[in-house]
Amino acid sequence: MAEVILKPTGNFDLTVEAEVVTPDNFAGKNAQDIGKLLVWQGPKQFPISDFFEVVGNGGSSAQDTTIVIDGDVIRVKRIGEGMTAGKIQVKGSTGMHTGAAMIGGEILVEGNTDSWPGMEMKGGLLHITGNALDHVGSAYRGSWHGMTGGRIVIDGNAGNQVGGGMSGGEIIVGGNVDNFCGTRMNGGLIAVKGNAIRTVGAEMTGGTLVIGGAIDKFTPGFMQTAVESDLRFNDIECPGEYKKFAGDYAIPQKGKGVLYVSAQNNEDL
Amino acid sequence: MTGTIVIKNGHVFDPLNEIKGDRMDIFIRNGKVVTELSAAELKDAKEIDASGKTVMPGGVDSHSHVAGAKVNVGRMMRPEDHYKFYQKKTPLTHSGCGYSVPSVYLGGYEYSKMGYTTVFEAAVPPMEARHTHEEMRSTPMIDMGGYLVLGNNWFLMRYLKEGDIEKAAAYIAWMMRTHKTYGIKCVNPAGVENWGWGENVNALDQANIHFEVTPEDIIKGLAELNEMLGFSMPVHLHANNLGHPGCWEITRDSLKIPKSVKAKPKDPNVEWAETKVNPKRHESVYLTHCQFNAFGGTSWRDFESGVKGITDYVNSHEHVVMDSGCVPFGDATVMTGDGPAIHDLYVLTGNKWSNTDVECECGSGVLPFTYLKSNPVHSVQWAMGLEVLLYVKDAWKSIMTTDSPNGGPFIKYPQVIAWLMSNKARQDTLNECHKWASDRAGLASETREMTLNEIAIVTRANAARTIGLSHSKGTLGIGADGDVAVYDINPAKLEVSDYESIIRAFENAAYTVKGGEVVCQKGEIVAIPEKKTYYTDITVNAEEEKKMIDDVKNWFKYYTIGFSNYPTPEKYLANPTPIKIDAEV
Repeated sequence: MAEVILKPTGNFDLTVEAEVVTPDNFAGKNAQDIGKLLVWQGPKQFPISDFFEVVGNGGSSAQDTTIVIDGDVIRVKRIGEGMTAGKIQVKGSTGMHTGAAMIGGEILVEGNTDSWPGMEMKGGLLHITGNALDHVGSAYRGSWHGMTGGRIVIDGNAGNQVGGGMSGGEIIVGGNVDNFCGTRMNGGLIAVKGNAIRTVGAEMTGGTLVIGGAIDKFTPGFMQTAVESDLRFNDIECPGEYKKFAGDYAIPQKGKGVLYVSAQNNEDL
Repeated sequence: MTGTIVIKNGHVFDPLNEIKGDRMDIFIRNGKVVTELSAAELKDAKEIDASGKTVMPGGVDSHSHVAGAKVNVGRMMRPEDHYKFYQKKTPLTHSGCGYSVPSVYLGGYEYSKMGYTTVFEAAVPPMEARHTHEEMRSTPMIDMGGYLVLGNNWFLMRYLKEGDIEKAAAYIAWMMRTHKTYGIKCVNPAGVENWGWGENVNALDQANIHFEVTPEDIIKGLAELNEMLGFSMPVHLHANNLGHPGCWEITRDSLKIPKSVKAKPKDPNVEWAETKVNPKRHESVYLTHCQFNAFGGTSWRDFESGVKGITDYVNSHEHVVMDSGCVPFGDATVMTGDGPAIHDLYVLTGNKWSNTDVECECGSGVLPFTYLKSNPVHSVQWAMGLEVLLYVKDAWKSIMTTDSPNGGPFIKYPQVIAWLMSNKARQDTLNECHKWASDRAGLASETREMTLNEIAIVTRANAARTIGLSHSKGTLGIGADGDVAVYDINPAKLEVSDYESIIRAFENAAYTVKGGEVVCQKGEIVAIPEKKTYYTDITVNAEEEKKMIDDVKNWFKYYTIGFSNYPTPEKYLANPTPIKIDAEV
């Protein structure tokens, strides 16, 4: 497998829109050609080489191409957007829209990421070892169709609106989430190991949402239907006892979503 | 010389002159079609070689939601409609975005790319007229006008109840002039007023709250007033009970109401282009988006097409013309003055929803909607929209629309044309649809394939004739506006089974000519022409008008705006073009 290393060297005082950084675009190009690909910074376009030192050539196909970003790129947006195959490894933290609309392949972020990771993602794997800000795997603003396939794994915490409008695929959060986790969700699975604040599953019309920790303020439109233990969704395990709810009854499509809440951590429910 | 051009050797389709694909040259001088150009003029004129191509008058859309308050609500509430469908600015054109509800600039460019040169906004609430004109003024490439929503107007309902027809006529004439609008639109008569109380009307003889007028009273009253005033177009009707299973019957019965009203369009202050066919309407009602008003069955379970019940009536009567409201699948934004209908869709879908009450006048609702081939009801609606056009035997009784963006955005017109022209296109789509499309509608066994001449009728000639614009639009007769669309279709070699080529040709006209100037070429905007805004200026008896104004001023206490701020001045219009009529009443 061919490896292209991008070492950040440029001035990122204005954020850089780097949707060209995908194995699909790098495949079949040598380091020099890759360096000539254009990225937007503010109202102007510049070659990648203005911002990164490019080492190594792309593989014969996206599948055969790995991109390694060697350092923090928190001011770089849209890394891996729409990629279909191959791998991106970031040795640091990334900016907004990491892996947005990705279709296949793998992105590994060894750090944190800003908002909108995996927005409207269709397939592939997006793994963030640190924390993520808001809108993980969610829909674009105004849309009610978030990610439809693939998997997002956040080892740390995630912010607001995890899986907002999610229609398919899986989101696994190792830590805690903030508000509106799974809001408008209509399909897929969100498994949160830690706590949530409030409005969990608000207006959900389908899919499955699991909260392993405590919910500070429970959403009013849900009704308990059962108690189940040691949940398992393919390879995703959620040990312990869970109260099972149906909802959200606050909207016309009543009660088609499923919400599991840890019994041990939510004794008041 | 600007606006002077020769379009040579094309296969010309000009239905109003019964020209059906003859090879001929079209001469345009100073923006108007002429018999010929002198040798000296020819030397300077631009020349287009249209050999092997189809030449039609510029497209005319007589019903599309493109400007005004509810269109803008559609834009504001749908950022997701914008970010995947956009266009960058060029040295000539503005940037723009929006798939089902494009920005004004993008909307104008997209129409022009398809060879359209005239578009009428389907519903202008009087209080929102100024906003509508601001948007129309900023919409490039196309001549425009708008229909004034009057079907639930407090003053009119009061005059109708009291039988004060002279004052009602004076009021309508004054309102048209005040708001610079073109014709009478009637949306869910009597029902939208009830929506102010959370209700609707379900029958033509059901009196509404407070005003105690029935839908029948309003349809009959407006149709009579329309002819009394001699409007160029018939009353434009959005019938009651829209979007409910079984609504086809109330629609057919609504069409019976204006049967006895004789069409009497007066001669306006215009020069008429030469046409062989009578360019004036003889219809007393123009039904809009028939598909949405032709639902059969009694519930969503036994839902079926009710189109035949309406088209049978239309085929056997001469006083009705209608547009189709086709559903080409995909993203749409439903927007109408029929507030209760949109509320029912909200309950059905749970989608985000906007509702507005326009004080004393009307209301509106907006909601995003996606039509899916896999959905049983949507797939029947797709079939129904095409049935409306294919079941009407005489193309001069129908007009092709998608009620844009209700059934789908107008940029899908080329796809609709392909379905009308090619049975194979329909069968291929039927195979992708839910089986209800075959089981609950008759489209599957319909083999009619529209000719290019019929397409020219339903996309320009009849739209222009219906709204009384065939003095200058929808024809290439001598004296008409030099608006021409040249499409990459060779009628001599056309194979309708290759429907993809039909779609491609109508998506990007080879040339769009407006006022004798090439404005768009193969999907690229090459010039921004001047545009006109039509409105109707009717003169009525001054004394009657004065009495009516006294009433209006008195009742204006119910409005939240001042009387002097109510009118839309002409400065809000791009090249205001009044159609002057002396009503002699």
